[in-house]
Amino acid sequence: MVGDAISHAVLPGIVIAFLISGSRGNFVMLAGAAAIGVLTTILIEILHKKANLQEDASIGVTFTSLFAFGVILISSFTGQVDLDQECVLYGEIAYVPLDPILLGNGTNIGPRALWISGTVLLIIIIALVKGYKGLALTTFNADYAKALGISTAFWHFGFMGLVSLTTVVSFESVGAILVVALLIAPPATAYLLTESLKKMLWLTALLGILTAVGGYYLALILDGSIAGAMATFAGVLFAGAWGWTKVTRRTKVIEDGGVVNPG
Amino acid sequence: MDIRPEKTAIEVHNLTASYNRKPVLWDIDFSLPQGQLIGIVGPNGSGKTTLLRNMMGLMKPDSGYVNMFGKKLDEVRERVSYVPQRETVDWDFPANVMDVVMMGRYRKSNLFKRLTKKDKDIATEALEKVNMLPYANRQISQLSGGQQQRVFIARSLAQQADLYLMDEPFVGVDAATEESILTLLSEMKKEGKTVVIVHHDLQTAYEYFDWIVLLNTRLVASGPKQEVFETELLQEAYGGRLTVLSRIGDLMAKKDFPMRESEFKEKEGPGDEGAS
Amino acid sequence: MKELLEFLSFSNPNVRVVTFGTMFIGMSAAMVGSFAFLRKRSLIGDAIAHAILPGIAISFMVTQSKSPYILMFGALISGWAAMLLIEAITKHSKLKPDTAIGLVLSVFFGVGILLLTHIQHSGAGNQAGLDQFLFGKAASMTKDDLVAYSVVASILLATVFLLFKEFKLMSFNAEFAQISGLPVKSLQFVLSSITVLAIATGIQAVGVVLMAALIITPAAAARSWTENLVKMLFIAGFAGMLSGFVGSYISFTAPNMPTGPWIVMSLSAIAVISLVFAPKRGLWSKMKRQRENREKILTENILKAIYHLSERRAADFPVIDEEDLQEIRQFNSDELKKGLRLLKKRFLILRQAEGFRLSEEGLTEAKRVVRLHRLWEMYLTQRMRLKADHIHPNAETIEHIISPEIEEELLRELGYPDKDPHESPIPYK
Repeated sequence: MVGDAISHAVLPGIVIAFLISGSRGNFVMLAGAAAIGVLTTILIEILHKKANLQEDASIGVTFTSLFAFGVILISSFTGQVDLDQECVLYGEIAYVPLDPILLGNGTNIGPRALWISGTVLLIIIIALVKGYKGLALTTFNADYAKALGISTAFWHFGFMGLVSLTTVVSFESVGAILVVALLIAPPATAYLLTESLKKMLWLTALLGILTAVGGYYLALILDGSIAGAMATFAGVLFAGAWGWTKVTRRTKVIEDGGVVNPG
Repeated sequence: MDIRPEKTAIEVHNLTASYNRKPVLWDIDFSLPQGQLIGIVGPNGSGKTTLLRNMMGLMKPDSGYVNMFGKKLDEVRERVSYVPQRETVDWDFPANVMDVVMMGRYRKSNLFKRLTKKDKDIATEALEKVNMLPYANRQISQLSGGQQQRVFIARSLAQQADLYLMDEPFVGVDAATEESILTLLSEMKKEGKTVVIVHHDLQTAYEYFDWIVLLNTRLVASGPKQEVFETELLQEAYGGRLTVLSRIGDLMAKKDFPMRESEFKEKEGPGDEGAS
Repeated sequence: MKELLEFLSFSNPNVRVVTFGTMFIGMSAAMVGSFAFLRKRSLIGDAIAHAILPGIAISFMVTQSKSPYILMFGALISGWAAMLLIEAITKHSKLKPDTAIGLVLSVFFGVGILLLTHIQHSGAGNQAGLDQFLFGKAASMTKDDLVAYSVVASILLATVFLLFKEFKLMSFNAEFAQISGLPVKSLQFVLSSITVLAIATGIQAVGVVLMAALIITPAAAARSWTENLVKMLFIAGFAGMLSGFVGSYISFTAPNMPTGPWIVMSLSAIAVISLVFAPKRGLWSKMKRQRENREKILTENILKAIYHLSERRAADFPVIDEEDLQEIRQFNSDELKKGLRLLKKRFLILRQAEGFRLSEEGLTEAKRVVRLHRLWEMYLTQRMRLKADHIHPNAETIEHIISPEIEEELLRELGYPDKDPHESPIPYK
């Protein structure tokens, strides 16, 4: 749910960065938005620890406030911000090819969003490969990591920074809420299907691609929003995987003569 | 009673700690010997786990400090290993037994590097010591409680430390696991390792440990088990709370009262010894 | 000012409708939100709000009607389905509750968006207005809407009023409620139904995304003011209404401004003010309490030092100055001046030609502090087995918090001792 909160909370950051820099999707903006994502987690922490507010409420209060603030900013500067409310909610992935990067001599080297998300993908792959052990350890057993002298705060905030980065990049393509579907659904599906972290990561990547492609064709067939169709398709994949684990477990139980493995 | 050992593994000095602003440990002060099996024993809610977490630097004490081998924990981390309570992690985490044991080889220094063949050998050996080698490729979600505990201990063994701190390793485990942990403990003792175990069961404590720390919010006794197992001391540790103490604790939590005056006054020197 | 008066006169029928409408919605959401908050399930409200979208789209596709009642019916069903699905996923898979919530929320919302855009693109004529559910269009509320909202609010109020005791018990401890024979399943069904109902109504004012705020924030604000559930419900309801009022006023004065986000912003402001300034649970009162503790510790330490001096000089009211005190105890000199000022204000010390001395009351107070210090040292050595050379730092703090009742208990337990472990006499009254 913190991913959900971050995806909403970066909105004012994006609007402010847009007002200052006057354009969308430059790298300064990405860095700024990532910082705001980390700030969100800190705000949640402050409400939770300092102001004694229970955690679920801290999350809710933080992200709704920041999102409302972002919408108000958009309304206040309608003339200057090329962001409308619908775009915020479900993106406009169909327009991505209409915004290409042109080199000095006018050569079209492809859509800007493609370049940016490609770069972020690269960053994330490098971070996951390099930080695999640290992320696995601090996620599985933070106390043990601390006992080994490893800084859990570094890994926590580093990870939240990555989440923010992903969110901001996805923002204009799929919008604030559907990015949550992409953050949660493929890994949740993979989590049901495998019990190895490495396999889970590979499977998630595969499911992510499948979601994008499947969603695109679903949108074509139904003539609707691509982002919405992607979320729908991700949900269908999850439902399929869930059903499949239920069925296989049941048959397994029968084969084993009714002995169920714990967990 | 507070008997001081000859060679000290851990020194706890004037440790006072609170949980949710309520004091749980009052001025704990003792030293533990090297090369022995040590039990930290006390009833539920007596602050045993809090004490262990303070020793491992997982909580900040209100006052006092803990030294290991005469040094700050950060200087001797490589020599100290921690086994948390089994219930504190999510065993549905996608990993197999070997993955978890290999975590014992992680260091601040090699976190971004590949683990070596030697690391793998050490982890394998650790698994063998707890009789879990046949399960090396088993998913951790499929383990029984006792097997989970043995995996945690194997991970700790893989650290190849000199001092081990274990939080309630005997809780909820089967007889086979208990047996295998006990055998392991006696082997570790032979190798000169020091093992500190948080344990709530008084019945078995005498049998398991050489040295016993009796704890109930305050230190009741610390010493060789023969000396600590006195009816009077045991009654004191297990005979209910000190009412005045727990009432003061409640009051402090309610009034946001500091455990220590120094929380506010930084410039002031040490207390006025001898002035009263 | 003129604008405010005009707004308050409600002469504009549109203003009247919008203001009362948002106030009803704010109150309804806050009431059900309080129970969700207490059951630590605030974020389920967020999920339901998002999950309502496909229900609205489907009921429009089926009936081709935009009647609020028909759309509401669809909303109720999909909100309900989402809630059941979250429960089922949590129960029948290894996913954790927050993952299940996030998954259902985003996928349902995606389906809703897909269907809405499908409707738009297929050009089904009168689809306009469906996307109002995304951001809410409080400003275009009609009189019919207002009637519907007031009906919903009355149903909610009546339900909460009639089943208050049951809901209270269930929110506090569901297991206990079950044991004591309450029909927990049916009660949960009722509570969930009115929650979905309040959310389905509310998203028309503030939209899907911000609905969570209407559920969570009033309860979070109210919680810091009271420990009493009835009061909490009233305060939450009031906060919800107030935010509706403020939001409407802002969009009245600045028509470009969206009402929904302003309602949320005013709610957040209320919450922040509550968390900081509420008596007892608020941050400010906590800081005040800590400052008072600090002052108490400081002044009592000074009194204790003066008493030590009088013991040393064997006189009850010796005249002393700051230097004398510094000899006894290393005070920070600014702090010492402040402490002396506080003591003078309470007439515990009196200014003399060369320094100051204790007053009668001051001596009694000083004796009390020293007595508590020495009693606590006794307690530490006797009951807590601390060695005499270890006990000072601890006795230093605790003596300041010992209440007369605890002192009495200490005395009884220790058998009214004459001397402390350092052989100093314990001063009695």
